Amino acid sequence: MTLFKRSQADIWFDRINLLVIFTGLIIIIYPLYFVVIASVTDPGAVQTTLLWPEKFSLDGYKKILESENLWIGYKNSFIYAILGTVINLGLTLPAAYALSRKDMPGRNTIMLIITFTMFFSGGLIPTYLTVKELGMLDSVWAMVIPNAVGAWNLIIARTFFQSTIPDELLEAAKMDGCSDAMFFWRMVLPLSQALIAIMILFYGVAHWNSYFNALIYLRDQELYPLQLVLRSILIENQIQNDMMTDLSSMGDQLRAAELIKYGMIIIAALPLLILYPFLQNYFVKGVMIGSIKG
Amino acid sequence: MQKVNEVQKLPAPLHRQTTPLKQKAGRLLKSYQLYLFVLPALLYYVVFHYVPMYGVQIAFKNFMAFKGISESPWVGFEHFERFFNSFEFTKIILNTIQLSLMQLILGFPAPIILALMLNQLMHKRFKKFVQTIIYAPHFISTVVIAGMLFLFLSPQTGFINKLIEGLGGEAVFFMGDPGWFRSVYVLSEIWQNTGWGTIIYLAALTSISPELHESAVVDGANKFQRIVHIDIPGIMPTAVILLILSTGNIMSLGFEKVYLMQTPLNLPTSEIISTYVYKTGLVGAQYSFSTAVGLFNSIINFVILLSVNQIAKKTSNTSLW
Repeated sequence: MTLFKRSQADIWFDRINLLVIFTGLIIIIYPLYFVVIASVTDPGAVQTTLLWPEKFSLDGYKKILESENLWIGYKNSFIYAILGTVINLGLTLPAAYALSRKDMPGRNTIMLIITFTMFFSGGLIPTYLTVKELGMLDSVWAMVIPNAVGAWNLIIARTFFQSTIPDELLEAAKMDGCSDAMFFWRMVLPLSQALIAIMILFYGVAHWNSYFNALIYLRDQELYPLQLVLRSILIENQIQNDMMTDLSSMGDQLRAAELIKYGMIIIAALPLLILYPFLQNYFVKGVMIGSIKG
Repeated sequence: MQKVNEVQKLPAPLHRQTTPLKQKAGRLLKSYQLYLFVLPALLYYVVFHYVPMYGVQIAFKNFMAFKGISESPWVGFEHFERFFNSFEFTKIILNTIQLSLMQLILGFPAPIILALMLNQLMHKRFKKFVQTIIYAPHFISTVVIAGMLFLFLSPQTGFINKLIEGLGGEAVFFMGDPGWFRSVYVLSEIWQNTGWGTIIYLAALTSISPELHESAVVDGANKFQRIVHIDIPGIMPTAVILLILSTGNIMSLGFEKVYLMQTPLNLPTSEIISTYVYKTGLVGAQYSFSTAVGLFNSIINFVILLSVNQIAKKTSNTSLW
C-alpha cells in the first residue's frame, strides 16, 4: 500500500490519528505512572507531586513490608494462584483436546452442556449452598475448585487444538499403535506451548486478581488472599495502627495512609508486572485463536 | 504371513452382521480415553453449574437449612411478589438498566474506533508499543482499580481534584455523589478495557483482503473513505457477535466493581440487582428471596439474549446459533 502516494486528506488523517492516539496513551499511562511516583514520595510532598517525586522517600514501603497481613495475603495468593492454575490446566486441556476430536461421538452434546452455562446459571445463593454442602467453606478448596474450568478458556483451547493439530498426525500415530492418552501426552502437549502459556496467563491472572470467592467463602483471616487484604486497606481504610504509631497529627496520618496505599498497589501488581513482558506475545495470539471461530 | 491375512479377512463379514447399536458401542469403547479426558471437566460442570440450577427451586420455596433444598416447603411466587412490591424495586431495576445501557452505548464502540485507528498506524514498532501499553490496564485487579479511583478522586488529596483546583474549579467529591457514580464507573471501565477489546477487532481487520484496499486506492479513495466502506463492513460480523454477547449480560453488570465503588452516599444510583442479591442473600441470609431476585435477573438476561440473537439473524445474517 505504500506504493501509492498519500493524498492531502490522508496526510491530515494520519496527523489527527497520531494526535488522538498520543492523547489516549497519556491518559492510560499517567495514572499508572502517578501511582509509581506517589509511592516513593515523602508523605509531606505527595500533595505537590505531579510529574516526578518532589521528595524521594521509601518510608511507605518500609511500613508496608512490616505489615503481617500483607505477607499472609501474599503467601495465600501465591498458593491459590499456583494450585488453582494447575487444577485449571489439568481439567481444561484434556477436556478441550477430547472435544476437539471430530471422531468423538457425543462431543457436540457435551459442548452444548458446557456452553449453556455461559448464558444461564443458578446464581449466587444456590452456588454458595452447593459449595457449603460440599464442606468447602473456609478452606483452600473454595478458592480453587468452584472455578476449576472456564468455559471461555475451554473454547479457546479447543479451537487451538482443532486448528493446529493435523488429522494426519493422529492417523500416523494410530498406525504406530499410539493410544489417545499417549498421543495427547507425547504429541499434542509439546505442540501446544503457546496455548499452555496463554492458559497459564489467563487462569493465573484470574486467581491472582480474584476477591469475590474469598469474600463469600472465607471467614478465616489466615486464609485471606492479597486482594481482600488490599480491599481492607484501599477501600475500607483499615490501615493498621502499628504502621502509624510515630505520627502525631491527623494530617500526617492521612498523608502516610495515602502513601501506604500507593505502595500496596505496586506490591500487589509486582508479580504481574514481572510476568507481563514475557507472556505478552502469547496472549494476543490466544485471544485471536479463541475469537475467530469462537 | 498367511495367518495375518486370515485375521485381516475375518472382521469384514463380522462387521456386516453387527447391529448399528453395537457399532456405536464399539466406537464409544474405542475412544474411551477421550471420555476419560472430558469426565473431570464434565463432572465439574454438573456439580458447580447444574446442581446450582437445580437449587434455583428455592426461589419458589421457603428455604430452611435444616430441611435442605428438596424438603423445604413450596410457597409459589411469594418471593417474586415481595420483590416486585418492595419500594426498592423500581430504583434497583432502573439503576441496573441505566448503568448497563450507558456502559453499552459508550463502552461498546470504543474498542472498534480505537482498533480502526490503530490499524492505520504505518509504523509497525510504534503500533506494537501502543498495543503493549493499552493492554496493560486489563490485568489490574478490580480491587486495585476501585482503590485507585478512591485515591485519585479524593476531594482532599486526589490528583484529579488538584488539577481541577489548579484550573480554578472546585473540588468534587466524586465517590460520594450519586450524580457522578455512573460516569466514574463507565469511564474507568473504558480506561481499563478498551485496549484489550481492540485485539479481536484488529484480528478481524487483518483478515480483510488487501486487494480491496488497493483497488479502492486506485479508484481515488482516501483513508477515511476506506475505513467507512471497507474496514467497517469487514468487522461487522465480529461486532454483531460481540454485541449479542454483551446485550445478553445487560442486566448482570460486574458485581465486583460496583460493590467496591459503593459508598453509603452514592447508593441512590449505585445499588443494582447483583449487589442487592449479595446483600439480601449472603449478608442478610434471606436465601430464597435473594435467589428469586437473581433468577428474575437471569431470565431477563436470557430473554434479551434470545431476542437480540433473533433480530441479528434476521437483519444481518449473523448470530450465535
